[in-house]
Amino acid sequence: MANIVQFENVGLRYGTGEETLSDISFTLARGAFYFLTGASGAGKTSLLKLLYLAQRPTRGAIRLFDEDLARLPRARLPGFRRRIGVVFQDFRLLPHLSAFDNIALPLRVAGVPEADIAAPVTEMLAWVGLAERASARPPTLSGGEQQRVAIARAVIGRPDILVADEPTGNVDPDMAERLLHLFDSLNRLGTTVVVATHDFQLLGRIQGAHMMRLERGRLLDPTGSLRFPPTRTEVQP
Amino acid sequence: MKLRLIATAADRALLDSAGETRTLRWIMAVMLFLTVLAAAFGLGALAAAETLDRQLAGKLTVQIVEADPAAREAHAAQALAAVRATAGVSAAAPVDRDALARMLRPWLGADGADSDLPIPAMIDVQLASPSPATLARVGSAIHRVAPTARIDRYEAWMSPVARFMRTMIALAGTLVLVMAAAAATVVVLAARAGLDAHRETIAMLHLLGTTDAQIARLFQRQIALETLYGGIAGSALALVLVALIGGEIAGLGAELVSGVRFALRDWLALLALPLLFALLATFAARFAVERVLGRAP
Repeated sequence: MANIVQFENVGLRYGTGEETLSDISFTLARGAFYFLTGASGAGKTSLLKLLYLAQRPTRGAIRLFDEDLARLPRARLPGFRRRIGVVFQDFRLLPHLSAFDNIALPLRVAGVPEADIAAPVTEMLAWVGLAERASARPPTLSGGEQQRVAIARAVIGRPDILVADEPTGNVDPDMAERLLHLFDSLNRLGTTVVVATHDFQLLGRIQGAHMMRLERGRLLDPTGSLRFPPTRTEVQP
Repeated sequence: MKLRLIATAADRALLDSAGETRTLRWIMAVMLFLTVLAAAFGLGALAAAETLDRQLAGKLTVQIVEADPAAREAHAAQALAAVRATAGVSAAAPVDRDALARMLRPWLGADGADSDLPIPAMIDVQLASPSPATLARVGSAIHRVAPTARIDRYEAWMSPVARFMRTMIALAGTLVLVMAAAAATVVVLAARAGLDAHRETIAMLHLLGTTDAQIARLFQRQIALETLYGGIAGSALALVLVALIGGEIAGLGAELVSGVRFALRDWLALLALPLLFALLATFAARFAVERVLGRAP
């Protein structure tokens, strides 16, 4: 499989402090499924931020969709971002928009005509079990419901890469199972999926998934080629 | 959200309108009120200056100053004939002595009408085209027959007034430009405040692949509308005031201000000001937003 992402000696530093990420080198194969694990503060979210283009590295090189990000003009970033679906740990739903409009956002940003938006959004709402809450605004939704809206928003545009930061943290085991199944389905359709999680139960659910383990800002396996299924001892610090 | 100048209803909903640009409406109302007054003042001065120019352009007075009445009359008649024979002169007529006496009466009293008083003979001349060449021709034609004749151009008499008018027009134009610059600055500040208020929403939209131009469009529409609403209110108030002042001026009956009349183009220019300011606000907002967003990673 061709690589869709390549990190070479990437470092990330916020301000003048110590590096949050150091010497990160790995590749993500197109259409593969990855779990990113590590203790709290290991740098998972920072690594994901680099992946979904919220941050630029302070050193090293990142290639995404066969392009060197350092040489990519800023004007082309939106086009790249539209190819990446993100499930944020804190959901980041727009509180003044309904669940429907939050999910429709990536389609509207991409310029999909209004007439073509209702059907996929309604279908996605039904899929995440929120068909009845389409017009509800995020502040009136429970944490789990908000998370499902966030996931629906991330996947509705059929992204090339799906990045999810603790996507099952606020949902019950049944819903976690369904969401993982959704990710798996997307992965089978060709989307590269990267899921950061603490939940070791999830790791055994996706056959053939890769695992990357971060510890204190460094990848334990610099090649990123650890194959699933890992043993429980492999992923524990 | 395709690249359009006007945001759709769905796009507009992206920004929670918390009314942070509402103050802009009132500021713009005040600014447009002052701008329309300044512009009206400038246009009024321009109209008066044009009227003055029209009235004075190519008008001359020839004075034949001669103590001997017979010689004076002879020179005047010769000068009149010479002027009338000169190319570029559309009319020339002697000023009636009774009319001169009437003009002098406020200064000389009843003696102004005394036939023994050596009042200069005068000729009013109207040139078809007040070019320097015509003026030179007329001058030499008169001086050939009446070497002591004095030629006065009306424009020369009124040049301080014309200069004052030009200064007022320039002042009004400068005021309008200063107000436009101030309005653009206010818009830039309002756009920055709006960006700050919606920082999290904008960061989210960026991560979803929204372009700077798309985000700028959301702001520019809101700011343009606030400017337009405020501008229309301020301009309407100013125009009412201008109309009232126009009525007052017409009632004065003074010759100098009689030219202060607005043509249709003047009214249209004043009416266009809120639209122009809304357009200016649109571009200023777009510039400000794209400049700020351009610094984002």
